[in-house]
Amino acid sequence: MMGFLLADGQGLNWRDGDLWYALPLIIAVSLVYAATRHERMRPILLHAGRVALWIVGFMAVVFVVLGLISWRL
Amino acid sequence: MPEAAAEQPAPEVVDLKEPALAALLGWLIPGLGHWYQGRRAKAVLFFVCIMGTFAYGVCLSSSNAPVDNKKDTTIGWGRTVYFSWRENDRRLPYLCQIGIGLPALPALIQANRMANNQKVWWHGFMAPPWPSKEAREAARSAGHDQNYSQPTLHDLHRQLHRYFELGTVFTMVGGLLNVLAMYDAWGGPVAPPPKKEDEDDSDDETKDEAQP
Repeated sequence: MMGFLLADGQGLNWRDGDLWYALPLIIAVSLVYAATRHERMRPILLHAGRVALWIVGFMAVVFVVLGLISWRL
Repeated sequence: MPEAAAEQPAPEVVDLKEPALAALLGWLIPGLGHWYQGRRAKAVLFFVCIMGTFAYGVCLSSSNAPVDNKKDTTIGWGRTVYFSWRENDRRLPYLCQIGIGLPALPALIQANRMANNQKVWWHGFMAPPWPSKEAREAARSAGHDQNYSQPTLHDLHRQLHRYFELGTVFTMVGGLLNVLAMYDAWGGPVAPPPKKEDEDDSDDETKDEAQP
């Protein structure tokens, strides 16, 4: 079932994966976006958390769709 | 419900002082416009997030690796932030990178020096690479060998691998985020639209108030 996660029979290398480069981008983008919507820190942080979850969720959906498309290719 | 109400931003009066000046300052240095307006916490947040993203991109696109196996020449720093409008090398990402203002401006100086056959400064920091080896050789044969040690675009891709693209993405995102920050300095925070339930509540309240 999870065969689409495998690449070249080695599986995904989570430690060295380039996906980790998305983490600082997600943090920075969500914080800056939230800061343009609020003036105080607490609502900024709460909003940033929600934005970050949206981004991660969107990426997860794209990941699954691409995985399914490339399944058994 | 009470939690949602707590997250709803209270209408707050923000003193924007001179919005245009704040936006200009915010373009020059991320967060400087907010600092000028006295919005210190947001100034620090913008500076750390935007400058951090940009600086990380600059670091990713830096290397001490030699060019063409010559020990006296290295790839150098900040190679993904450069301006070029030459044939076959129109650097469109710079249009996003320039959004960060002063930190990306050395690229314009370096591009100008390169175009005028003057030696680039700071060991090629943010200097445009040669578009090809042929262009470099042609410049040398024309008597302009001040920048002969500068790498070609091919050298950058070969030495930096995927970090060239990663650095480009990080620096572009940094520049684009600063455009958002500039807008915030100019116009204040964008208030989210009021929730429908609240609108209904307020309607009910006005109806109640209107009743005798």
